[in-house]
Amino acid sequence: MAGTSSSKAKEKREMVTVNFIDRDGDKMTVNAKVGDSLLDVAKDNDVDLEGACEGTLSCSTCHLIFKPDEMETLKLDEPSDEELDMLDLAYGLEDTSRLGCQIMVAKTFEGITVSVPKAHRDIRDL
Amino acid sequence: MWITLRRSLVLHKAITGSVQAGHGRWSAVLRWFSVSCGTNQTDRPHVGIVGSGPAGFYTAQQILKSHGDAVVDVYERLPVPFGLARFGIAPDHPETKNCINQFTTTALSNRCSFIGNVNVGKDVKLDELLQAYDAVILCYGAEDDRTFGIPGEHLQGVYSARAFVGWYNGLPANSNLEPDVSAETAVILGQGNVTLDVARILLSPIERLEKTDICEHALEVLKKSQVQTVYIVGRRGPLQVSFTIKELREMTKLEGCKAVFDPVDFRTIQDKLPSIPRPRKRLTELMCKTALDESTSQNASIKKWSLKFQRSPLQLLAEAGGEKISRVRFEVNDLVEQSDGSVQAYGTGVHEDLPCGLVFRSIGYKSIPIDDRVPFDRRKGVIPNINGRVVITSSTDESGKDVSLIPGLYCSGWVRNGPIGVIATTMNDAFQTGELVVQDIKSGTIKTTGPTKGFELIGSLLHSRGVKPVFFDQWRKIDQIEQERGSELGKPREKIISVQEMLDIAYKQNGS
Repeated sequence: MAGTSSSKAKEKREMVTVNFIDRDGDKMTVNAKVGDSLLDVAKDNDVDLEGACEGTLSCSTCHLIFKPDEMETLKLDEPSDEELDMLDLAYGLEDTSRLGCQIMVAKTFEGITVSVPKAHRDIRDL
Repeated sequence: MWITLRRSLVLHKAITGSVQAGHGRWSAVLRWFSVSCGTNQTDRPHVGIVGSGPAGFYTAQQILKSHGDAVVDVYERLPVPFGLARFGIAPDHPETKNCINQFTTTALSNRCSFIGNVNVGKDVKLDELLQAYDAVILCYGAEDDRTFGIPGEHLQGVYSARAFVGWYNGLPANSNLEPDVSAETAVILGQGNVTLDVARILLSPIERLEKTDICEHALEVLKKSQVQTVYIVGRRGPLQVSFTIKELREMTKLEGCKAVFDPVDFRTIQDKLPSIPRPRKRLTELMCKTALDESTSQNASIKKWSLKFQRSPLQLLAEAGGEKISRVRFEVNDLVEQSDGSVQAYGTGVHEDLPCGLVFRSIGYKSIPIDDRVPFDRRKGVIPNINGRVVITSSTDESGKDVSLIPGLYCSGWVRNGPIGVIATTMNDAFQTGELVVQDIKSGTIKTTGPTKGFELIGSLLHSRGVKPVFFDQWRKIDQIEQERGSELGKPREKIISVQEMLDIAYKQNGS
């Protein structure tokens, strides 16, 4: 993470700005390289998103929720059966849920906001 | 004294150690400096975690993240870490095991220590941990398995699916199982993911398994396997199966093997599909497609597997005068929907025998109490808790109102919720528990313990009892040897199954 920023800046690949809303509801605005997965972007920017299987479509811990209107405009590829299989096991599944490891950042992602789902039981309610 | 020696050793190793091992050792040294020279050690919250599987390590990770000063010690009964991530996840699911990389990062933090080869409840009592740590979190999982309590469960050729998994995954306690796989037909009782793991290992082409970290002793036995047909039997219907879709899809695609389901079980269910909510819907769709798709039955496979429903085992039977399983007697069930929407199976009195030579019992795991100080709900097989805070519930009060907290004691993972869910479930649970513990520390709910804390206290207790822990650096020596042995065999790892051999490697001095 630290130390890679300077080499990144030198690369020609385009950057866009993406917002993450983390588990606690806090917003982080980060720079994302076009072509990277949202899981990579989260990891590179210390966004609190797990990726237990490291992007191999074997868990649901990089589950992200898109805003419905933004998802519509982004025209993402439909999720594969394998991605849907994993999403079936995710917490807080919504219609706009996707796995961060399967979503590659495109230029059209400029300014979008994705949320890390809150866990089921909110301990602050105790 | 013990801890001083241990730290000197770490420091010495760090100076003489090789470059590639540098990170772990330097972080241990950093911890030594920060603990010795920086923040007063007694000011830091000390958290003890019992169990080094996913629940333990994810809880540790959350505490380290949420509290910048907390020190976390992860205790483990075996000399090797990671619990079911090492001994449960199937060898042909290496991707799922990637979580071990994250656990390793956590263990290498200068505020985290792995303390293996320590049996909490025996080598050190829970009360002693509660005295030494500001908070203790029980994350020791579910190590026992459920039985039916029917006649014949102890016949030859009847195995616990859990023991079979432990056997092929190198769990020391199960390494001598030597299952007899000379029969052509196997029956697995229960319809969860462990069931599908067992079925997949039994039916996989051996070349598929050879490349995994499955133990050599298991490969040798499985090479001689005669199993051609596996029946997977549940007491309820297709809408009540416990396995998840990824594992089912994998079975439908297994090379050299076909799924043969009875279309009758699925015709009526297909009509209900639109009204089923999502997770269950896609799973059921895949079962229906597999059952009703003509093309799959054209497959010229020799091996086959089949789902059977609405059958409860009554008795496991041997041939007259013999001790070896020869058939399972089932009672056929009717399914009745209850007022709460759940579906119960009721025996019809109709019996049916299924001939077989191998039976696995796969109806779930259960936790056990490890220390008489820990309250335990034997009926549910979990530690009674409210959101992870361990409580003593008065047995006379089922409403749960008459409860008292055990200050500083928490639980997380399967020992808290029962053995359900996938790794994401355990992770979420662990994150919540970890967050809760940090909140309790910050709010002062947890009383801070005396001036001697954490492993400083426990380490000297263990030393006086002749118990020699295995630390993370020492595990890494075992890890390295396992990977070397694996690479000679063309696989990622060959696990060491003898605890004594693990200890010999762990305690061996460098350079020999």
